[in-house]
Amino acid sequence: MSSTPLIQMQDVHKYYGAYHALRGITAEIAEGEFFSLLGPSGCGKTTLLRAIAGFEEISSGAILLNGADMAGVPPNRRPTNMVFQSYAIFPHLSVEQNVGFGLRRSALSVGEKTRAIGEALEMVGLGHLGGRAAHALSGGQRQRVALARALILKPKVLLLDEPLSALDRKMREDMQVELMKLQREVGITFVLVTHDQEEALVMSDRIAVMFEGEIAQLADPEVLYRRPATKRVADFIGVMNFLPATASGRSVEAAGLGVADLAADQMPAGPVTGACTVGLRPETLSILHDGEASKAREASAQIEEVVYYGDMTYYDVRLDGMDTTMRISMRNMVGRDVLDVGARTRVAWDPRAMVVFPD
Amino acid sequence: MKRSPLALFAGLYLIFLYAPIILLPLFAFNDGTIIAFPLRGFTLGWFADLANTPALHEATLNSLIIACSVAVLATCLGLFAARAVTRYKFPLKGGILGFIMLPLVLPEVIVAISLLVVLMLLLPDLPIETGFQIGEYVIVLSVTPDLVLEVSNFHRTVFSFALPLPIILGHTLLCLPFSIAILQGSFQGLDQSLEEAALDLGETRAGAFRLVILPLVTPGIIASLLICFIISLDEFIIAFFLSGNEPTLPVYLWGQLRFPARLPVVMALGTILVTLSIVLLIVADIFRRRGLRRTGQSETGGFL
Repeated sequence: MSSTPLIQMQDVHKYYGAYHALRGITAEIAEGEFFSLLGPSGCGKTTLLRAIAGFEEISSGAILLNGADMAGVPPNRRPTNMVFQSYAIFPHLSVEQNVGFGLRRSALSVGEKTRAIGEALEMVGLGHLGGRAAHALSGGQRQRVALARALILKPKVLLLDEPLSALDRKMREDMQVELMKLQREVGITFVLVTHDQEEALVMSDRIAVMFEGEIAQLADPEVLYRRPATKRVADFIGVMNFLPATASGRSVEAAGLGVADLAADQMPAGPVTGACTVGLRPETLSILHDGEASKAREASAQIEEVVYYGDMTYYDVRLDGMDTTMRISMRNMVGRDVLDVGARTRVAWDPRAMVVFPD
Repeated sequence: MKRSPLALFAGLYLIFLYAPIILLPLFAFNDGTIIAFPLRGFTLGWFADLANTPALHEATLNSLIIACSVAVLATCLGLFAARAVTRYKFPLKGGILGFIMLPLVLPEVIVAISLLVVLMLLLPDLPIETGFQIGEYVIVLSVTPDLVLEVSNFHRTVFSFALPLPIILGHTLLCLPFSIAILQGSFQGLDQSLEEAALDLGETRAGAFRLVILPLVTPGIIASLLICFIISLDEFIIAFFLSGNEPTLPVYLWGQLRFPARLPVVMALGTILVTLSIVLLIVADIFRRRGLRRTGQSETGGFL
């Protein structure tokens, strides 16, 4: 990371009339980073992206690009380019004309422009489609054209507004990998807006999780998943089981499991005393079959629900003495049969997987 | 062959609508002054007569000038209104739009009479004149109520041009709802991020409008121009009330009906007008559909 961050957001607020859309966003994005804004719809992530692009004027605070305050700078004078959710491909122009649109005002010669357009199309794998009319493109091709069109100007920052949401699942997974490769190749800072937690985890260097106009947590994907700062973040990203617990210093007693001593980073909100909640991801727990031994600690339970996914089986189990069930995901391995509903079983758990949230 | 009653009804309906119009060309080519069957024989004489009637030519020219002016004026105003309505939120939007669209359902004769009253009230203050001099030329612009532009030097009038302003304004009032309806369709289909994308790629607001918005609504603009042109060309009541001694084509036609011998000539003229109307309507709709296709929309009704 260089010394000055490429994008600095300082206490950014945005009001639409009485509606408070952005509530004091402060964050920094480094050069060359793949940064994601993740959150449910209406959390302000798109508003923030549009504020960086210059389409929304912020009510207070500051957004700095490359150290320069962007207040009052229109979108066409900012070193950012955007890939729109609808892709916004100009339907009356050809693919080449779309990609070359941003070069209209550049001083390049016709030959240089043609070469730049060819290179940009080549980069997104559409070298053969330059002459095609834009309205005759498929969804995936439109997206590539939008990418080429934005990247041809070699912006400091590429802003992507839910770029994959219009694609089908298979195409989306392919494009995730391609976007990552592309970002590494061009070395441009990517800022991605998405509501898809999986997408954010797969692609990002760092993720800002946003709720109601505020950043709830800003961290790299692994920390975000393993050590979510709040119950809400934990619930939004993947699945997490919550158990009632009581804590005193580092020692926590989780209902149905037992007492465990935890490390400091397992209490992201700081040490808790008294009633609290313990969170455990489904894959950190396991069902022990008859005769299986575990190095981890055990609790006895009953299987209440079995959901078979082929490669995985999801069990809802009820720990002895508990009213609620928790979810455990198990890989279906050779020699390990899927258990039936109602079967008695032992659950293996590891204190190191626990996260403590204050109530 | 089995025919459902509905098909029969539809057939009768079409005959009721179009049989009278088919009579026009029938008698226009009929070699006889009396409009009655049986037909007497084929002739192009009535069309030749048209060519030899100077008063008709004047009326035609007058109508064309009015129709072109109305088409441009109504389409410009419609463009502003349609963009405002589709792009921006403002108070009383529904009410304002409702009032603009009102002439669609208002009896035309009422509009014509009210406009005539306004004109009568204004007449005592007319003409209003303004002029200036460039070198030896004097340029005078006056409202008489016709809009008259006159260029003269000290000896004689060099150039003079008159626009029948009252009829143009009346027709614009009438055409504006059609123009807005067509252009609103064009603007509604536009993805708002298209304009933002153009801005994002370095264009100014004016550049984005010229390079992206305008090309995409051009088919709508052309459709609006053609529809307004046709409406103005065919319009009778307002033109009848507001034309002075220079009749428009429909008003001239109406005047000719007093002379039975001229009836076949009127038929010939009517034939030409009907053909022109149908051709222009078809062209207008082709442009409207092309516009829809460009913005990637599906067919949503229309005039044809």
